[in-house]
Amino acid sequence: MSAATWWVLVALCVVTTALTRGVGPAATADRELPPAAVRVVVLLSSALLAALVVTSALADGTDLRIGADTAGVAVAGLLLWRRAHVLVAVVAAAAVTAGLRALGVG
Amino acid sequence: MGAAVGAAALVSSRFLPMGFALGPSLRGNRLRRALEGQATVDASWAMAARGDGRYDREYLFGHSGIQYVLWVLGTVVGVFVPALDTRALGLDAVFPAFFLAILVAEVRDRLRLGVAVAGAAAALALVPVAPPGLPVLVAGAAALIGLRVPR
Repeated sequence: MSAATWWVLVALCVVTTALTRGVGPAATADRELPPAAVRVVVLLSSALLAALVVTSALADGTDLRIGADTAGVAVAGLLLWRRAHVLVAVVAAAAVTAGLRALGVG
Repeated sequence: MGAAVGAAALVSSRFLPMGFALGPSLRGNRLRRALEGQATVDASWAMAARGDGRYDREYLFGHSGIQYVLWVLGTVVGVFVPALDTRALGLDAVFPAFFLAILVAEVRDRLRLGVAVAGAAAALALVPVAPPGLPVLVAGAAALIGLRVPR
């Protein structure tokens, strides 16, 4: 692809990502959401975050695979469950992942 | 090119429902709200939630602002220090671990736990058959149980 084509691609991606973030707020304006919608909103982050966790820890494109990062995130989960600080859990996840890879696992 | 733009749109498609959730907590006319909505990033959006359906607008801007600066700095470092092997450093585990931390703080009752498990299961089931981004968007539909269950 030529440089111009790349820039058109970048511009189109900017437009689409701006639209996905802007359409909702523009549509709701200052209207309050109905109570049922508020209940959905309150639950939305649990569903999306859980999906982001499993897809980033277990998926590689369209392949499901268990790797060193899966183990790292599992250790973070264990630490969080034992009420460890967020930073401790995140650093442990990276350290375990890096350690396993250094050992040639995953 | 259409396929590439479509793929990019799918990956950011989760920001669509997030925007509808956030909308009423922003300020100004529709255009201004659409501009303010550009500060929507996963972590800041989730952590700006006050738990009653409203969002802390200033917190969202502050969190996203700091994240943006660090994100750009990280990209610059990656470009100028190509020897840096992010996989060897285990940095790809940082995002899921961080999202997990927010999720653990978020799941305070059985309903939220059920929604999280359902969302994770739906996403995993779709990964092998759907293009990246779609599994997360569909997982968001697990929150629709809120339409039926009174809080």
